Amino acid sequence: MPWLRRKPARRFSAQPLAGAVPAPLWLPAGCALALIVLPVLGLLGRIDPTRLPALLTSPAALAALKLSLQTALASTALSLLLGGPLAVVLARSKLPGLRVLRALVLLPLVLPPVVGGLALLYLLGRTGPFGDLLESAGVTIPYTTTAVVLAQTFVAMPFLVVGLEGTLRTSGAHYERIAATLGAGPWLTFRRITVPLLLPGLGSSLVLTFARALGEFGATITFAGSLQGVTRTLPLAIYTQAQSDVDAAVAMSLLLIAIALLVIVAARPKAVEGRA
Amino acid sequence: MIAGARTRTTTAATTIAVVTALLAVLTGCSAGAQRKQTMTVLAAASLTESFGEVRDRFHDEHPDVRIRFDFQGSSLLAEQLRQGRRAGVYASANTETMQDVVRAGVVDGRSRTFATNRLTIVVPPGNPAGITSFADLARPNQAVVVCAPQVPCGAAAVQVQRETGVRLDPVSEESDVKDVLHKVVAGEADAGLVYVTDAHSAGDKVRSIGFPAAEQAINTYPIAKLETARHPRLAAEFLEFVRGPVGNRILEKYGFGTP
Repeated sequence: MPWLRRKPARRFSAQPLAGAVPAPLWLPAGCALALIVLPVLGLLGRIDPTRLPALLTSPAALAALKLSLQTALASTALSLLLGGPLAVVLARSKLPGLRVLRALVLLPLVLPPVVGGLALLYLLGRTGPFGDLLESAGVTIPYTTTAVVLAQTFVAMPFLVVGLEGTLRTSGAHYERIAATLGAGPWLTFRRITVPLLLPGLGSSLVLTFARALGEFGATITFAGSLQGVTRTLPLAIYTQAQSDVDAAVAMSLLLIAIALLVIVAARPKAVEGRA
Repeated sequence: MIAGARTRTTTAATTIAVVTALLAVLTGCSAGAQRKQTMTVLAAASLTESFGEVRDRFHDEHPDVRIRFDFQGSSLLAEQLRQGRRAGVYASANTETMQDVVRAGVVDGRSRTFATNRLTIVVPPGNPAGITSFADLARPNQAVVVCAPQVPCGAAAVQVQRETGVRLDPVSEESDVKDVLHKVVAGEADAGLVYVTDAHSAGDKVRSIGFPAAEQAINTYPIAKLETARHPRLAAEFLEFVRGPVGNRILEKYGFGTP
């Protein structure tokens, strides 16, 4: 892997004091990388290349792929619409109990996704308090594509909130305060100062959110169920397929990995490289 | 300074003493356990409750034997066996999955049928959708949940549809029969198709509605001794116990049919 060696070299020239990697770290670092890369390579070894095109273009795989891309895009957009403002509130407001609030936002990151799915089901399911109201209004959420988007948003939005809040905190409220002393109102300050400050971190946060939504499994299968073309996203299709045809499941896994890698590499999340 | 050093030495000595004592106890235990024979049984998830009781009765006759269970989807266990997992006995929820394992050459001798299972309709206690027959499941505007055709209970559901000519339009096809049951128990589905034994295990949290066409899709459970069994005699004894009168009585109690 040549890119592994190229990158430190570039950083050395920019910051000579960042120095050499201590020798004892190389071995565990190599093992860590192997732990991530080797299983994926093992998956590649399982693939029968002659069956691959047929497996990837099967109606089940295509339906799952289409649904996955649509729902992951929708939940990323929803995360931006709702999570973006939340990040600003967390980073800039002086609300009491802000620390507790921040901990709550992080909850979906540590909860098993199935727990998230159950929580959504008991809130918005037909027996839940909100679900009951919706039901009487003629709206059903479980078993619909909307349920998939909600489950993905629940699990993926914290990535966006945490990413944006981090960007805002490192940039500081300096410019906003100056804008305020010059007589700018909060809305003008937000549009002219805060949003431009957010932009550099926005891309990487969006990519992480999209990638997490794409891989979401537990909350989706618990809250939305699994039906081809409606709620069966790629991860769910892989799980169902693995019960009967492992080759097909492996082929779909490869598809998911390829998309995830494509997204991550194409968007080059700067935050991940420590240059947000 | 000196006092501090002495305290530290004492603490260290205490720690060593405690650790040594613990180790002695632990090795004592494991020496005792070593005389016990341990056998792993891989079994279909639907056998969880019944096999638990089978183990207890088997243990009465063989107090020196420890049986470990791993209950999962039959196909998943089969794949693990193909990938080299070692165990004493494998009990599957359908014959196709067992044939895969036999073909992989890890079965010792031949597999034997020990139980049958069939589908039933389950509805929440109040039966809000008023379902009384299999044909009712095809009515529009109700949430019916079934297993995906890829798993045994889904394959059985497909077969019943073929036999009856009733085509279901489910809101979800789950990968595990327990997930179907859960959606009905939670009241999130008007009806579900599960095994009689699952309905049984849910008690009065669901109402079970049997239907004649279920007889057209009987699921057969085979059990087999594995090549990798560490105690082949023990594995054979367990297999015979499951198929014997005590095993049959327990399985029937949980809703299984016995051959």
